[in-house]
Amino acid sequence: MKRRYDVLVVGGGPGGALAARTAAEKGLSACLIEKRPAIGVPVRCAEGIGKEALKEFIEPDDRWISAEVHGAQIVAPDGTSMTVEQKMAGSKVGYILDRKIFDRELVWQAAAAGADVFVKTRAVAPIMEDGRVRGATVAFCGEDRKVAADLVIAADGIESKFARWCGLDTTVPMRELMSCAQYVLTDIDIDPHLTVFYFGNRIAPEGYIWVFPKGERTANVGIGISGRKSKDGHRARHLLDRFIADRFPRGKMVECIVGGVSVCRPLPCTVADGLIVVGDAARLADPMTGGGIANAMITGRLAAEVAAGCISKGDVSRDALMPYDDGWRLSRMGKSLEKNYRIKEIFITLDDAKLNALIQSASRLDLKDFSVLTLVRELIQRNPKMLLELKSLYSVLK
Amino acid sequence: MLVIHRDICGYCGACVSVCPEGALELIDAYLTVDDHCTACRICTRICPLGALEVADEAKV
Repeated sequence: MKRRYDVLVVGGGPGGALAARTAAEKGLSACLIEKRPAIGVPVRCAEGIGKEALKEFIEPDDRWISAEVHGAQIVAPDGTSMTVEQKMAGSKVGYILDRKIFDRELVWQAAAAGADVFVKTRAVAPIMEDGRVRGATVAFCGEDRKVAADLVIAADGIESKFARWCGLDTTVPMRELMSCAQYVLTDIDIDPHLTVFYFGNRIAPEGYIWVFPKGERTANVGIGISGRKSKDGHRARHLLDRFIADRFPRGKMVECIVGGVSVCRPLPCTVADGLIVVGDAARLADPMTGGGIANAMITGRLAAEVAAGCISKGDVSRDALMPYDDGWRLSRMGKSLEKNYRIKEIFITLDDAKLNALIQSASRLDLKDFSVLTLVRELIQRNPKMLLELKSLYSVLK
Repeated sequence: MLVIHRDICGYCGACVSVCPEGALELIDAYLTVDDHCTACRICTRICPLGALEVADEAKV
């Protein structure tokens, strides 16, 4: 490990890997550190990603694709279901990844581009000079080292501490932290190309249960519930166990995964003097779906692009780095985050009767010319009792 | 004070993200709590597994 780099990247997930790869490709000296002893494990993810979003960053490869998704099924609390197939779902259709291999591939690419990579290496404190971030003290196998850097990219995920140490408040409100549990279940009957989402305030309050295929008879079966709905005897794990006992009683568990996903708005500002925050650490997971891989890669790459320009000009102040913050906020991703946040805020107010009514009427629609707006317009006509919710939904989508 | 039941903890870091004091930190598979903890119980609520508990000082 050198004593100085242009860019120090904290965290070896997809956001950190894209930041390090892009920085190296731009000719910067870059170092990526990961606190865990291996890249890609333990998995803390349902592993779904849209096809188009993925292709922006890497050519799909069977080595790290567990399943190709052709459609999504939505199941109402009363069991009514509707299926959205590939031709109507457009770019929403995608892959279920094998994150253990996928994350390694991305970090290998960063290394191949010229970045240094260290595992079991944890940032323990930023190096601050006159209020500016100038690198980090890192612990490698218990030994502290100072690594100077023009810029630090914090890609340290949901449990991010680095940005907080630098003065940004990253606290996720309790109600906007989805408390999640997931098992990789095998020997179960599933459609190997269909993702299934189960809604209902009894089975998954303010969240959903997912079944994401990982092969012919294997799937990620998981749940996310709002932090405010989580309590003793009624936690994510308990609700998931109840669902599995009912739905997949003979399933065999080969992996147990827990985690938190933020569904709040992004950090109010994702840059500081000498610091850029990306991905889950910047609270950029999609508030509707909880998906975070694509947004982490988008912002990881953008962070390194902006960093390259600022470092070459010798100015890494907060103001100079603002094109990063403005860049993602004004992009399609930023707009979609805001839109989906507002949709989520409407959805969590719906009780099971309303969810049933919505999914029932949607399932009866002819979805050949499926667009979300026409769908909502149809739903308004068919659900006069839900005029208020649907009208606010319509105004968000419009 | 906050008690971490290490046999239950899934070392996922969800608790770290909601801690208003920044008192929790996940070091690989080992969750730590420092003296900034105010026993506010937010982390005990959101833990997916129920690994965190605020115990009565007298009983510990």
